[in-house]
Amino acid sequence: MNDQNDFNLNNDNDVVVSVRIRVARNLAGFPFTGRASDSQRQEVLQMVTHAPLGAEFPDGLAWVNMIQASAQERQLLVERHLVSKHFAQSTLPRALGLGHSEQLGVMVNEEDHLRIQSILPGFRLNEAFDLARSFDQALEETIDFAFHQRWGYLTACPTNVGCGIRLGAMLHLPALRYSGEIERVKRAAKDLHLAVRGYYGEGTDAIGNFYQVSNQVTLGATEEELLQHFRDEVIPKLIDYERTARQMLLEKNRPLIEDKVYRARATLKVARLLGAEEATKLLSTLRFGISSGLLHNLSIETVEQLLLQVQPAHLAQMDPFAAEEEKGRLSRAILVRRALGDYAEGNPEI
Amino acid sequence: MKCDMCDKPAMVHEVVIQNGNKMELHLCAEHAAAKGYILPTVPVTQILKQFVATGKSLKAQKAAARCCEACGLTFAEFRQTGRFGCAACYDAFMPSVAAIIERAQSGAVSHRGRTPKRIEGQADRAAVRRQLIKEIEAAVAAEQYERAASLQGRLHQLGGTKNPPTEPTA
Repeated sequence: MNDQNDFNLNNDNDVVVSVRIRVARNLAGFPFTGRASDSQRQEVLQMVTHAPLGAEFPDGLAWVNMIQASAQERQLLVERHLVSKHFAQSTLPRALGLGHSEQLGVMVNEEDHLRIQSILPGFRLNEAFDLARSFDQALEETIDFAFHQRWGYLTACPTNVGCGIRLGAMLHLPALRYSGEIERVKRAAKDLHLAVRGYYGEGTDAIGNFYQVSNQVTLGATEEELLQHFRDEVIPKLIDYERTARQMLLEKNRPLIEDKVYRARATLKVARLLGAEEATKLLSTLRFGISSGLLHNLSIETVEQLLLQVQPAHLAQMDPFAAEEEKGRLSRAILVRRALGDYAEGNPEI
Repeated sequence: MKCDMCDKPAMVHEVVIQNGNKMELHLCAEHAAAKGYILPTVPVTQILKQFVATGKSLKAQKAAARCCEACGLTFAEFRQTGRFGCAACYDAFMPSVAAIIERAQSGAVSHRGRTPKRIEGQADRAAVRRQLIKEIEAAVAAEQYERAASLQGRLHQLGGTKNPPTEPTA
């Protein structure tokens, strides 16, 4: 893959935005979250948040009590993909543990008692796998997880049993979308027992052509086999499809792509009012422009940072007035203009 | 179809026998209510669900009424939510569980991954073996030989400690 020097390759981040490992676990002796009483849920919370984690996690985790968190704080966590929308909106006693500079997130009392997640930028699947596993094993030193000789780790939804592990990647697939091949890829992914979801997971849209791809089979293979298949076969194949589609588009329809990319940059540099979705779509196009070699004075990292900052809760965190939608649009446009102004090839005052 | 009394669409359709004559009756919501017919106010999905439930075989109805003794979840509830209530549900709802999991897991019949160091109080190995033997017999009877072989493989794994393979002598 390294022969394509035209693209900005850093952990394959031209296509792979981030990877995520999610491990589902339930505590033995308790009904699953949906069936447990509130006192049982509290007990699960206590056990997990007070469990000793050993030498691997000397500082433990920072725990966020979701009941006490404001709507804006919960939305912030959704925007960072640290919690599911379902978890953010639930009214059950629940908490989120954060560690390793937010690379590790542990949801307690989601659909399963525990959803251990590690999220890393770029295609760093091994690191994410090791981090999630080390936390899982650290907890297992003192906590018994529901386990079945035949079905492995038991989960509320029987489709997660076995290893209880989901390997996921957030992929940026604009060329497959523009060329109309994305539907074919989705069908192929389904045949390979992969789930293809939107920007914020299940039931959400692929805003900005960002897709979450994850394995659906969690039984009948070891954790290492699942990892190897996903890391060495599934994702490289999807990366390859997208890169081929990008090259084809540039060869056959370069003016169209250039038009899209430069219009996006121009809009972001002059817009006075920007909605979150519009900004996400335009920034996605910039991301595509950078990785296709059309934009040089801008880094993918800057765009990634902006993609997060333009989301409503993040914006409101920086500028409290931006919580109001109309002021948010104004504030978002200023934020983007400032960020791009530093890198502008033309006049930053435009 | 229009209402017999006005131009609105008919909601109630009935066949009535009056003085030995068969008559069809089609009424809109208002005229049906005026004549004392009670119109359904429950959502269509619920009606369909009820219909499906009553249309089920006795065996299926029995299966739906099955219940996990540990948490009280019925199989019908599981079918609605797709979520189990507790670890014991996995044994309570066999063999339906096996069919559901195998379908969702691309035909895989058992866990091959890591086992926790501490598994006290967990599922009994002998019970799993008994269940597997039952399923192998059923698979052979149904001529599902590939599945039977897969289950057989799992049974060997479980039985490994009982009859360890003999080491070749050097």
